[in-house]
Formats: sequence, structure tokens, C-alpha cells
Amino acid sequence: MRTRVFLPILIAAAALVFLGARLISNDYVFFAGYTVLQFVVLATAWNILGGYTGYVNFGSAAFFALGAYSTVFLHKLYPMPIPILIVVGGVVSGIVGLGMGYLTLRLRGAFFAIATLALAVVLQTLVVNWDYVGGSRGAYIIRPNEVALIGPYIQYLFVLMLALAVIALTTARGIERSQLGYGFATIRDDELAAEACGVPTLRLKLVATTLSGALMGMAGAPFPYYIGYLQPSSAFGLEYAVNSIAMPMIGGTTSWVGPLIGAILLGSLQQYVTVTISSSVNVLVVGALLILFVIIAPNGIVGLVQARLHARRK
Amino acid sequence: MPLLEVSALSKRFGGFVALDGIDFAVAAGERVGLIGPNGSGKSTLVNCVCGTLANETGTVHFDGAAIDGLTTHERTRRGIARSFQLPRPFVTLTVADNLRVPLLYTVNARAGQTLTPAEVDARCAELLALVGLADKATRLPRDLTQVEMRKLELARAMAADPKLLMADESMAGLSHSEVDDIVGLLVRLNERGITIVLIEHIMRAVMQFSQRLVVLVSGKKIADGKPDAVIRDPEVERAYIGQ
Repeated sequence: MRTRVFLPILIAAAALVFLGARLISNDYVFFAGYTVLQFVVLATAWNILGGYTGYVNFGSAAFFALGAYSTVFLHKLYPMPIPILIVVGGVVSGIVGLGMGYLTLRLRGAFFAIATLALAVVLQTLVVNWDYVGGSRGAYIIRPNEVALIGPYIQYLFVLMLALAVIALTTARGIERSQLGYGFATIRDDELAAEACGVPTLRLKLVATTLSGALMGMAGAPFPYYIGYLQPSSAFGLEYAVNSIAMPMIGGTTSWVGPLIGAILLGSLQQYVTVTISSSVNVLVVGALLILFVIIAPNGIVGLVQARLHARRK
Repeated sequence: MPLLEVSALSKRFGGFVALDGIDFAVAAGERVGLIGPNGSGKSTLVNCVCGTLANETGTVHFDGAAIDGLTTHERTRRGIARSFQLPRPFVTLTVADNLRVPLLYTVNARAGQTLTPAEVDARCAELLALVGLADKATRLPRDLTQVEMRKLELARAMAADPKLLMADESMAGLSHSEVDDIVGLLVRLNERGITIVLIEHIMRAVMQFSQRLVVLVSGKKIADGKPDAVIRDPEVERAYIGQ
């Protein structure tokens, strides 16, 4: 299916999701749905680097937080509409992603992963000590109650995150079916052989870190408006780093569908657990599922289905 | 002017001298065999020519230009392709997609050449037919046998439309008939105008294939000439059989 067919279908699906949520007429659906959609974007963004090229990024929270703190910074400097803040958050995180790529992409495996984790620690330390954006005290964002045409502000944020999910999924799927997707796959499979086939591996990895970072930053940009009070420990939270990795792993990393399935499955389950048991059980659920999938389906749900189909073809 | 010219090439790994002032030239259209005992520097030489390793001294000229500062993918785009000692297929891509990669990233990256998707498909099909893997196009590399994997490796190198192919032990672990199969394939590729350097331990294949033989021992070139003359060279006999 071509992108010009896929995109309208995805937009129609997103519209149905929004209308369906409105039919329930309960704001909690939008609060919970926003979080799940946010994880769809984060998981898809992580997968562009981690799944397609095989470079595991433990610093997702840093890119997410950069988007969030760009919003706080601009909100204090000169308040702007959220769509513009999303673009700014994406640009800032994309540039940091490019910089991180230049500094770290000669590393591989665990060394690269540790370097990305270090980036998150460094950025969090900077933010904690930067008073203008609230420092360790945090920053309040007063959001309006209503927005024209849509109504309650949470529904507006939900629509924005839905749009970001559409953008992220279309980008990921577009990459998968392009020359870039082949290039990324060769880096994941064998970097030495990729270079020998003419693939400019370093340049492609920089494209991946920039795109992945930009999408994570875009996911983080509306976050201060969602949470109302942003502090470093919430923006740089462990759950963002862990979920960004766990969701594609559980869904499957070789296709755009994997992070979508993983995020919906795990995100919804976490919301359910938060409401019915305890919010602190969230990470336990993620950990338990991750262990389970690593053992029974190391290539995720998509990998499991693909393996079944492959076996049937043979 | 030779197609490939290596002058005074040296490479060390710590205290171990892998290549020690190697001079080596290959003319366009030639079939050269490169032999030597294990650890003699054959694969290091291939890696230095292809850009996987950086040489410490000496120069590599290809097609009239120095290529020392170029990355591996830039050298591939200039026309140097290689196959690996142990096959390194892209395991998550199908057999046809393995060939698609060099077509997209090497052939299409050259000035004045842009293949349409239909042309890319046609080239893949042609190369797969040439190496006898036409019926495996949609399979994953894990479904291939050892000899098929070797053929895929050669087909993928060929997909980059190279001027020079460095075939690093393309026949290791193959049976007698499979070796003949690969030698026949390499000869057919050479007949299409590709210069080939064959790095190999199987002497029957080397003698059958090579028009010229170069022998490396302990990082030094000890012989270079007609295969029949080279294998009778006392120094080569000493290196292979001992005193």
C-alpha cells in the first residue's frame, strides 16, 4: 500500500478513535488515551533507531524531556500555540540527536547504550541547575480550560497527540518501504557488509538519531500542558526510557506495526493497573512482560506471526 | 596503467606486522590468485584495499586515482567489490533484497546512473539467474545451503557493478563439485569484464582459475608470476611444505 493511500486510512482511523472517545463522554478516556498515544509516538521514534538500525537508545527520556523543557522555556519567554511548540521541541531534540550521533555512533552495542544513558544524566543535571525553566523546583504551566471548536483542553491535547501518532507511524512506515529502510536494515544486520555494499552507514545512522530524537522531542513538547507541573524527575522519568524500549520489543522491532501494538497493549495495561491496583506496579508489569516476551517471543508479537507465516510457506 | 596498484603497503596490529611493504598490481580484466599460509596477510591486504582497515604506510591507487582516504562505501562506489571469507548476508532481508541494496546504494549513487524500480528488479532477477538462485529470490538467507550462501555473496558483490572483485575464500568448506561450480561462476563473471582477485586456500581451484599468482608469507610478497612457475618456486615450496 502506497503512503498516499496509507495516510488517509490512518487519518480516518485516528478520526474514528477521537469520535469514539467523545462518545464515551468521560474525560478520563482522554487522559489515559493521551498517555497511550504518547507511548505510540515514543515507541515508534525509539524503533527508528533501535529497531531499524539496531542501536539501542537508553536515553529516550532525555529527548522527551528536551521537548518538554523547550515548551517550558518558550512558554516563559513568549507563549506560543502548542503546534509551534511541538515543531520547536522536535527541532531542538533532533539537533541534540544529531549531536549525540556524531559523538557516539562510532560506539556499538552496550557502549552506545551506556553513552545514551549518560546523555540523559547530563541533560537532567543541566535542567536541575537551570533556574529559568524551574530547576529542581519544577515549573507550573497554567493551561486554559477550553479550546475553540474542540471543547475541553484535554481533548485538544488528545487530538494533537493523535496527530503526532499519525505523523510518527507514517514516517516509520515510509522509511521501512524506502531506500533508507533498506539501508537501516543492513546496518542492523551487518554494518561491515553494508559498507561493502555502498551504504554510507555513518550518514544513515545520523539520519536515524536525528529523526528518532526529533519525534521523541515532539512527543514531549505538549507534556507540560498535560501534566500542568513539570519537574525534572517527571520529564526524565525512568518509565519513558523503559517503555520506549519495552513496547517495540514486545510488539516487534522490524516493522512499524510492532511499536504500535506494543504501545497500545502495554500502555492500556499500565493505565488499567494504575486505576485498579497501583501506579507503582506499572514498571513491574512492564518488566514482567518484557521477561516473558524475551523468553517466548524474542522478536515480539510481529516476529512471532512472521515466523508462523514463514513456516507455513515452507 | 594497472586497475589496482598497491605500493609499499604496511599494516601492523600492535607488535604483529601483518603487511610489510607490499607492492602489488592488477591489470584490468585479469584473474589473479592471491595465496599464502594462514596469517600471511591475505585478508588484511583485501581489507586495506577495500577500506575496512587503514594502512599505516604506502598507497592504494585504483583506476588511476589514490583511494587511501576513502571510506569503504566510497571505494565500493568507485568500483571495488568484495565477498567475505565467512558469508555475511543481510539476514532479515530476502535473497533478492540482499542484491537490491548495492543496486540502490552503489549503482544509483554513481553519477548519471539512476535505475528505475523496474530496472532494479530486472537486475536482481538477472543476477540471481546468473548464480542459479532465481528460485530462492523471496527466501531469507537462513534457508540457503552453504554453497548457495557463497553464491549470494558473489551475486551481491556483482550487484554493485564493480570493476574489481576481491573474492576472499569464496570456496571454503565446499565440496569438490561445489568448488567447480564457484570457479565456473567466477570465470563467467570475469568474462563479463570484471577483474577478479581470488584469495583462496584450495590450490586446485586457484590453479584452475588464475592467470597470475601472487604469494604472501608473513606479510611479505615472495612470488608473483605465472601459476605454473610460481608453484615451482623454491621459496614458495619452502613456505608451504617446509624445509
